[in-house]
Amino acid sequence: MILSLLGRLGRLWIVPVALAVWELAAREARAVYFPPPSGIALHVYELWFSGPPARLFLTDDAVAHILPSLGRLLLGWSAACLLGVVAGVALGRSARLSQYLSPLIHFARSLPPPVLLPVFLVLVGVGTPLQLAGIVFGVVWPVLINSIDGARYIDRQYLDTAQVFGLSRRERLTRVILPAAAPKIFAGLRLSVALALIMMIISELLGSTEGVGYRLLIAQSQLDILTMWAATLLLGVLGILFNAAFLAVERRVLGWHRAAL
Amino acid sequence: MTKGTLSRGAAGVCGFLLIAEALGRTGVIDPVVLPLASTVLGETLGLAADPDFLLQLGNTLDACGVGLLFSVAIAVPAGVLLGTFRKVERSARPLVEFLRPIPSVALIPVAQFLFRDPEYAKVSLVIFAASWPLLINTMYGMREVDPLAKETLRSFGFGPLAVIGRVSLPSAAPFIVTGLRIAVSVTLIVAVSVELFVGGTGLGTFMSAAAAGNQRAEMLGAVVWAGLLGLAANGLLAGAERRLFRWHHARTGEPAR
Repeated sequence: MILSLLGRLGRLWIVPVALAVWELAAREARAVYFPPPSGIALHVYELWFSGPPARLFLTDDAVAHILPSLGRLLLGWSAACLLGVVAGVALGRSARLSQYLSPLIHFARSLPPPVLLPVFLVLVGVGTPLQLAGIVFGVVWPVLINSIDGARYIDRQYLDTAQVFGLSRRERLTRVILPAAAPKIFAGLRLSVALALIMMIISELLGSTEGVGYRLLIAQSQLDILTMWAATLLLGVLGILFNAAFLAVERRVLGWHRAAL
Repeated sequence: MTKGTLSRGAAGVCGFLLIAEALGRTGVIDPVVLPLASTVLGETLGLAADPDFLLQLGNTLDACGVGLLFSVAIAVPAGVLLGTFRKVERSARPLVEFLRPIPSVALIPVAQFLFRDPEYAKVSLVIFAASWPLLINTMYGMREVDPLAKETLRSFGFGPLAVIGRVSLPSAAPFIVTGLRIAVSVTLIVAVSVELFVGGTGLGTFMSAAAAGNQRAEMLGAVVWAGLLGLAANGLLAGAERRLFRWHHARTGEPAR
């Protein structure tokens, strides 16, 4: 157990090595635009995580910018996922309906999502509605398309068995269709996590009065290089954390699927 | 695609446009807020003959194409290297796993500092973002190569380069093309984001100028073109995939979609 943990940590040796190389190179070069990682980490701590313990060590700046970003990200992402899964399963079970809508869905899916941000900017103005519209519209398509696929191609035997056992429509949905479609649905959700973060950042860069993207913008306009790197680092860490959290949930929920393969 | 699906799809599109038009005409949606469907379609056609729009669009596609070429040149050999040598892969893996989830658009302000010219900033971010799906898919593809085929070639006295060229690369090719397809959509996202935020010339710049001038129909016309382009790019790559790798789909039993 301990040995395997050590072995696993041992495989991460390249991370400290890369950090050390970056640190040394940045110190050696003294480049204004490339502060050493230790400086950035210290700045992240001072700027955002040196607050009072009662507020979980968050500073005013963190409360003003990080929390709104996270709130909008989670709200937009969950709304898009709910919408995508519900509509996707419904469309997947109704071949006729999905044939009518398929070209429209594929068109919307093919749009690079940032293209719509100026449109939303004109329609809803600067602020939270813009971020939410951007995240929901950017994220919903992969979820929708994967849910349609998952709900459509279900082993006939499962459905026949459900019929033989006299399952009600509701039971059939929750016990057969949703579990059978789950691996596909999760593939779509996974794509959407990364996309949601991207949309959050661009929409905050474009039209916002708070948020990590906005903080990044302010730092850039004030030539505050350290804060710029700190915000970039924070966004990178958020990307890594969301990805890891999602994988952990997926492993739990889809454990049976992997075991059956 | 059968005739029924095709006609139903067309009916769906026409129905959508008619409903949008009717909502605008009856005043449910104010045409000043959201232009009529017919106005947008007219504007879409008009843009096809608008030299400024074509120039901007061409510039975006240019950046995407150049960026994609560079990322193929970087990521595919790197993927082959990592996929061939297990030890290298195992040590590089944490670095890849740490760098890959970093949202590339978070690097826009940094790239803007590094490259004064917005075009350079755009292309370099496109390369960064498009390289990850290519790298990961190439690595997966190399790992899936049938060891028997490799051993067979080796026992016939072929060198390691010949094994890579004759067995590994062809059998990883379908995975690489899947990576390419993901990379294409990534390049469009990143290029447009940089243009929206930094400026320069391109579709994103065109859109923000139209938004600033409140040219809503023109803006939506550009959105229609962006969607059609994305659709065309995806369709072309999917078609090429189907045609080139029929043997692969036949072997894995995937439905040849």
